[in-house]
Amino acid sequence: MLHVAFLIPLFPLVGFVVLLTFGRRLGNPLAGWIGTIAVAGAFVATIITFAGLLGRPSNAREFTQSYFSWIPVGGLQVKWAVLVDPLSIFMCLFVTGVSMLIHLYSIGYMHEDRDYSKFFIYLNAFVFSMVLLVLANNLLVTFVGWEGVGVCSYWLVAFWFERDSAASAGKKAFMYNRIGDVGFLLAMFLIFSKVGSLNYLTIFSHTHLLGSATATAAVLLLFLAATGKSAQIPLFNWLPDAMEGPTPVSALIHAATMVTAGVYLLCRMNPILGLSSDGRWVIAIIGCATAFVAATIASSQHDIKKVLAFSTVSQIGYMVLAVGCGAYIAALFLMVCHAFYKGLLFLAAGSVIHGLEDEQELARMGALRKWLPWTFATFLVGWLAIAGIPPLAGFWSKGDVLANVYAKSFPLYVAGVITAFLTAYYMSRLFYLTFTGKARWQEAAGDQPAHHTPHESPWVMRIPLLVLAFCAFFGGVLDLPWTNRGLNNFLGPVFAGTLYHDNLSMTSQWVLLAIDGVIAVAGLAVAWVLWRVTASRPALTPAFLERVWYWDDFYDALIGRPGQAVARFSATVIDAKVIDGAVNGVASLVKSSSTGARRLQTGYVRNYALGIVLGLAAILVFMVSRTWWS
Amino acid sequence: MSHHPGFPYLTVLILLPAAGALLAAVLPNASRVVYRLIGIVTSLAVLGFAIAVGFLLQAGNGGYQFTSHHVWAKSLGISWYVGVDGISLFLVLMAAVLFPIVLVSAKSNRDPRAFVGWMLLLEAACMGSFLSLDLILFFLFFELTLVPAYFIIGGWGYAGRAYAAIKFFVYTFFGSAFLLVGILVVAFLHQSQTGVLTFSLPALEHTHFSSTTGILLFLAFTSAFAIKAPLFPFHTWSPDAYAEAPTGGSMILAGVLAKLGTYGIIRFDLNLFPQASRTLAPLLLTLAVIGILYGAVVACAQRDMKRLIAYSSLAQIGFIALGTFAFTTQGLTGGVLLMVNHGLITAALFLLVGWIYERRHTWQVNELRGLQRPAPVLAAIFTVSMLASIGLPGLNGFVSEFLILSGTFLTHRWWAVVATLGVIFAALYLLWAYQQVFHGKPKPADEKTRDLSWAERGIIAPLIILIVVLGIYPKPVLDRITPSVNRLVDRVELVTHTHQPPVARFGTNGAEVQATVRSAP
Repeated sequence: MLHVAFLIPLFPLVGFVVLLTFGRRLGNPLAGWIGTIAVAGAFVATIITFAGLLGRPSNAREFTQSYFSWIPVGGLQVKWAVLVDPLSIFMCLFVTGVSMLIHLYSIGYMHEDRDYSKFFIYLNAFVFSMVLLVLANNLLVTFVGWEGVGVCSYWLVAFWFERDSAASAGKKAFMYNRIGDVGFLLAMFLIFSKVGSLNYLTIFSHTHLLGSATATAAVLLLFLAATGKSAQIPLFNWLPDAMEGPTPVSALIHAATMVTAGVYLLCRMNPILGLSSDGRWVIAIIGCATAFVAATIASSQHDIKKVLAFSTVSQIGYMVLAVGCGAYIAALFLMVCHAFYKGLLFLAAGSVIHGLEDEQELARMGALRKWLPWTFATFLVGWLAIAGIPPLAGFWSKGDVLANVYAKSFPLYVAGVITAFLTAYYMSRLFYLTFTGKARWQEAAGDQPAHHTPHESPWVMRIPLLVLAFCAFFGGVLDLPWTNRGLNNFLGPVFAGTLYHDNLSMTSQWVLLAIDGVIAVAGLAVAWVLWRVTASRPALTPAFLERVWYWDDFYDALIGRPGQAVARFSATVIDAKVIDGAVNGVASLVKSSSTGARRLQTGYVRNYALGIVLGLAAILVFMVSRTWWS
Repeated sequence: MSHHPGFPYLTVLILLPAAGALLAAVLPNASRVVYRLIGIVTSLAVLGFAIAVGFLLQAGNGGYQFTSHHVWAKSLGISWYVGVDGISLFLVLMAAVLFPIVLVSAKSNRDPRAFVGWMLLLEAACMGSFLSLDLILFFLFFELTLVPAYFIIGGWGYAGRAYAAIKFFVYTFFGSAFLLVGILVVAFLHQSQTGVLTFSLPALEHTHFSSTTGILLFLAFTSAFAIKAPLFPFHTWSPDAYAEAPTGGSMILAGVLAKLGTYGIIRFDLNLFPQASRTLAPLLLTLAVIGILYGAVVACAQRDMKRLIAYSSLAQIGFIALGTFAFTTQGLTGGVLLMVNHGLITAALFLLVGWIYERRHTWQVNELRGLQRPAPVLAAIFTVSMLASIGLPGLNGFVSEFLILSGTFLTHRWWAVVATLGVIFAALYLLWAYQQVFHGKPKPADEKTRDLSWAERGIIAPLIILIVVLGIYPKPVLDRITPSVNRLVDRVELVTHTHQPPVARFGTNGAEVQATVRSAP
């Protein structure tokens, strides 16, 4: 059954090709259905492969399928090949599953868009790239998927390209990722120069060829790549701009799947991370800092999608923190739960935006509970899950991360708990401002008229909400602490030897979980007091937080504007005056020194040129004729 | 020098376009269609022969094949000596693909007779340059390319064509003078050592040079090639020439003629002066890296799309030089492959901006806006070409870029690190230009921009197909380039007593050897 693995990328690829060729003719909604079916096929293929994997003993769950050679040059031999193992199939399961639901949702959400079929072309291309990323058996094919999801993200963020802000946001996302890509490329060069291969299994069986300094360099370079793709400090600020894309895109790419690719890469490379304790500390500290910084920013945003965007950055910060602690499975547990509840929150937010005719300002919402009952109920589950209220998915997965961090480093744990409080707080603020209080959308604000009565979304949009709400509620069962821990058992062999064991007693674990629960409730309560009745508290949303710690302004002043000046100076002064000036200077020198000889010559390049062509032609003709008869 | 089929394929590759040019020249007052037909049929026939050569070439054999050697003037040591190997084969094929596209797309040019004639002559000269194994023969063809190129820029170019054409001609002619002197010195030194006067490359490879002589000769050859390529800082003729030339001229200038420079470096510099190439490698690598970053930075400041592509080419040529002077299997193979890939990508980009110009009569990015709405197919094809140029994996540019950088990293780590930063810039200026031209709300003048016709789609389709296919399955190409590159690397290593790291040849086994050597006292 493992042999069907090739169908996982093939289905969305075929969907992409079909839609690219016939999309416009298939039209609305057939193109959407074809796209959805293609991804559903990939999901089924994944389940069959998964079953095949489970049928093998747990130490033999590794299966390579090679298709054809890609770059065979001397010692560098790269094939198009996939590696089916617990990690790749775990990723494929939730990637294809969530993607399928979001495709279905998009059939409704994009219903009125003039580029309806194009949307599904991009979406299928994205799913193809994403499964390629996680299934690849070597770093270079992973990089193909890595760049593929990046370019799909570029297209989808800039989907409404007639809006300048959308076009710029797409470009920004691509550029920030390119900076990370330099890290990915250099890591590959470094690993190839030491190991002579880019295959994961070859690298892992030859870690003795990497010295500790090399390993640290490789880890930091890979982490640079991860900071770009997974929106971590210092490359995190493209993600909020990426909210310019349609909301299903935000849910799929910028919450559930693509942005976790950096975490996946670090998990995949765990044998290399295992060689560098320094590297892992850097990862842990950056992850923790990102989680905290992004949570503070999320608490003061005024746009429903921006809150969720910074929340995503913060949650991925938790995953990165867990990776830095060596708690890879905790990171992956949080990743899948996050895919459920954040995907759900974005889709529900999309339903709100849809219901209010493209309104995203929290100040123009409120009391939607009555008008959008389905959206309200599902959003409620997502909110409680991410806030960490037991027994929902977020409580168990975040708890797992924090328990590992507690055992590893107390200061990081404290920062993690504070962030958990902030998480519960900003999500509750978002919830109250959207669904409770006064119906502010009924009033005109400034030059904007009051909204019409909001309408609930159609069933194609509601079904994904319900499925995801179910998963966000019960996701914790994947790895409950007192059970035999399904996820740990399944993924364990991938991390044999590098996984951190917190060795906490059952009592300590329960105490830590209790603390998590109390913190979550405290966050809810504080937000309830502050935001239940009023929608505006300027003291709690200072400009410093609203403007993202002035991060963009800082980059603009440090790199953006000086860079433009350097480019202009290079073009107008160095190239035009200095280099070309020197060339023309030599030319005029020759010209003035040869005035005496000039009379002998006509001075027209044209005549020289004709002279040359005739002369050369004569020589060549002579040569050829001699050749022919000799 | 094995495999000697009876049919003189290579001679036909050179003479056929020349004959076509002659036919166009002698046929007076025929209609436009006739001249166009001569151009298209001739260049397609050349393509057919080139494909045949590609199929018949033995893949595992790195040496020269299809050689034909006819002494022309025994007393002067000059021969009609042509041959092809994995390094030249794909340049020949790439040129053979580009010329028909140029000739088909240039449908509305005035004076089709002269245009077709010059273009076919140019094709003959390019084929001759890539296939010559005799230095004088090479020089004749190398010089002969100048003339049709000059007339094409001057005759069918845009506003600043006169200045651009003269600058192009004088500048590259200037470099050639050094080349000619260099060739003569090499031959005379060889004669003084062996008593035989010959210009045959395989024979001259055995000439011994003192280190100073070798360096001086290397510089003489390289000055001609560096100008032709162009390498930083000899590039200032190229933005003018590329911008002012007609679309077809820009395609051939940047796609094919530029490769004569980089090809010359690999074929002649490395074979004749391995020691000097090694000694001066740091200099060339540094110029290459500067070119990569500088070309990209200056491209960021361009408002004219053709100039932007010109500076982007400067950066790409820098990558070719980087891979060449890394002296590793991966670096050199990547360099050769990038010559081919860059030819295809740049030709596609010039063709596309040419079509934009036909519609809107401007290349200025800030005079265009929102073209993706009225012209979605144009936008999509532009996107593919742009992404190939940026180095998106899955498209052809990435394969060569990755090989060059990973190969350079093996021997010249820090040059590779700095050059890798170049990948950021490439995305910066191209995405910026794309956003300016294709994104945003179209202005009234933009709204009626015609999308690509079916004919235009058909013309560019071969380039786009090659961009995609060579990105996913470059193996047939790499399997033919690598043996020739290995032969060259072996030769350089034999002469200079240096070795590339074992991983380059032997992968993981090589890495084990490396580790053992390092841990030994």
